[in-house]
Amino acid sequence: MERLEVKKLNHHFGFTEILKNINFTLDKGEVLSIVGPSGGGKTTLLHLCAGLLDVQEGSVTNTFKSSAFAFQEARLLPWKNVIDNISMGLLAKGEKNSEALKKSQEIALRFGLEEDDFEKFPKDLSGGMKQRVSFARALVLKPSLLFLDEPFSALDIGLKKELQSVLIDMISKKEISILFITHDLMEAIRLSDEMLLLKADPGHIVKKFRFDLIQNQREDRYVFSKSVEILQDKEIVSTFELELK
Amino acid sequence: MKFALKILKDFPSYLWSGWGAVASILLFVALWDVGNQIYGDLVLPSPLETFKTLGLMLHDDAVIAEIETTLYRASMGFGFSLILGTALGLLAGFFATASMMSRPIVTILVGMPPIAWIVLAMIWFGMGDETVIFTVIVASFPIIFVGALQGTRTLDGELKEMAESFNFPWHMRFFDVYFPHIFSYVFPAWVSGLGMAWKIVIMAELLATSNGIGASLAVARSQLDTPTALSIVVIMIASLMFIEYIILEPIKREVELWRD
Ligand SMILES: Nc1ncnc2c1ncn2[C@@H]1O[C@H](COP(=O)(O)OP(=O)(O)OP(=O)(O)O)[C@@H](O)[C@H]1O
Ligand SMILES: [Mg+2]
Repeated sequence: MERLEVKKLNHHFGFTEILKNINFTLDKGEVLSIVGPSGGGKTTLLHLCAGLLDVQEGSVTNTFKSSAFAFQEARLLPWKNVIDNISMGLLAKGEKNSEALKKSQEIALRFGLEEDDFEKFPKDLSGGMKQRVSFARALVLKPSLLFLDEPFSALDIGLKKELQSVLIDMISKKEISILFITHDLMEAIRLSDEMLLLKADPGHIVKKFRFDLIQNQREDRYVFSKSVEILQDKEIVSTFELELK
Repeated sequence: MKFALKILKDFPSYLWSGWGAVASILLFVALWDVGNQIYGDLVLPSPLETFKTLGLMLHDDAVIAEIETTLYRASMGFGFSLILGTALGLLAGFFATASMMSRPIVTILVGMPPIAWIVLAMIWFGMGDETVIFTVIVASFPIIFVGALQGTRTLDGELKEMAESFNFPWHMRFFDVYFPHIFSYVFPAWVSGLGMAWKIVIMAELLATSNGIGASLAVARSQLDTPTALSIVVIMIASLMFIEYIILEPIKREVELWRD
């Protein structure tokens, strides 16, 4: 069984405690979201799970066969054009050049990039376009586990909805497992099976919410009513308001 | 290969954009001619006379031999700096201690006037090829070294992390992540190193040897042969401009297309 298991995870940067006693598991085919205030340690947690930072205390066990990461900032290679950037992950996996280009072009079109954009360098792309390229670079690999760090934060509502439905489609077919960070409660409610609330200073999980309805049946009404319900939750109020003082 | 083709394809439009440069050169020649009419042939020979002398010189095998000698010294010195400076710079860049330790040395190398090096080299090596080549190396090495050092020091940690997360194999890490960044620092350093080498080689020859263009310049001075002196200056400037604008600049444009 493929799964990601985090046990008693603590993390420090210098003398500052960033994460404290984090525990959760992510099973195959599940979607787990993390919400919390800015600077609360969400990105740090995701990097630890993906093996990009060394675990100091506790354990992270990842048995997923393959994984891909879409970073909070797009992290594109400035000297590669859109298509070459998307195909990097495929080439690293040893895929043939022509095959990689074909797949990259397909996914770029599907993500609302146009053929005119294919040859552009990152400096000539808008923030949202960069984000889509970065997301495409991760998703084109068809990973078994996908790490997403606020993947849609720079997109307009139309694009956001379109890309979310691409994910929902894959989720409903149980093709993918996702661990993702978002600032957008509705996004978390729409996509995830479980939502973790991470409170800051030091980052620790104060509450878990489960959403049992299958993703492709969650209509706007469901998302709205759940949002209203969750926004009145005491823990949510205290987690976000205290930080905003 | 694709890259070389693109440079060739864009070359005509690049040349076309050079009309402004041509116009300013012609304006300069016109001013030169005015200077000639005011100060007379001894101080400032007319452009026409200079170019006539230049034509004669370029058909003279002895002069060609001097130019070849100078080219040989410049390319030996520059080639050595290029290889050593790039290699050591990259190496120093990868280790924090090495880059810290190399800083004062670089400051000394950059800060010491080339003329002082020439004097030292004359004492150490006598009058000949070695002195000139040594001076060229000492002058152009630090420029290239610093370029390579900066290139490696400024590698983007976030991109490295990205490469790690996608499990890039070593050759992709090198050619797709590190190389383009480092090259964008090293290449301009090569260009300035070359310019420096070309200036220093003439100066060192003028003071320390009996052959090469620099020595010819010294002879022209002692004989008050202003047309020859000016012709030599024209040769120096024209060759530098040729290398810089016809060869290096088009390459640089393509290499840096991705930059703002
Ligand atoms: N490499 C680092 N060295 C030192 N401190 C760091 C480092 N990376 C992050 N931090 C600190 O850790 C804390 C958590 O950062 P993190 O990036 O995980 O927050 P976040 O929850 O992702 O915030 P946001 O929602 O704004 O992206 C911050 O206080 C930050 O200053
Ligand atoms: Mg973050």
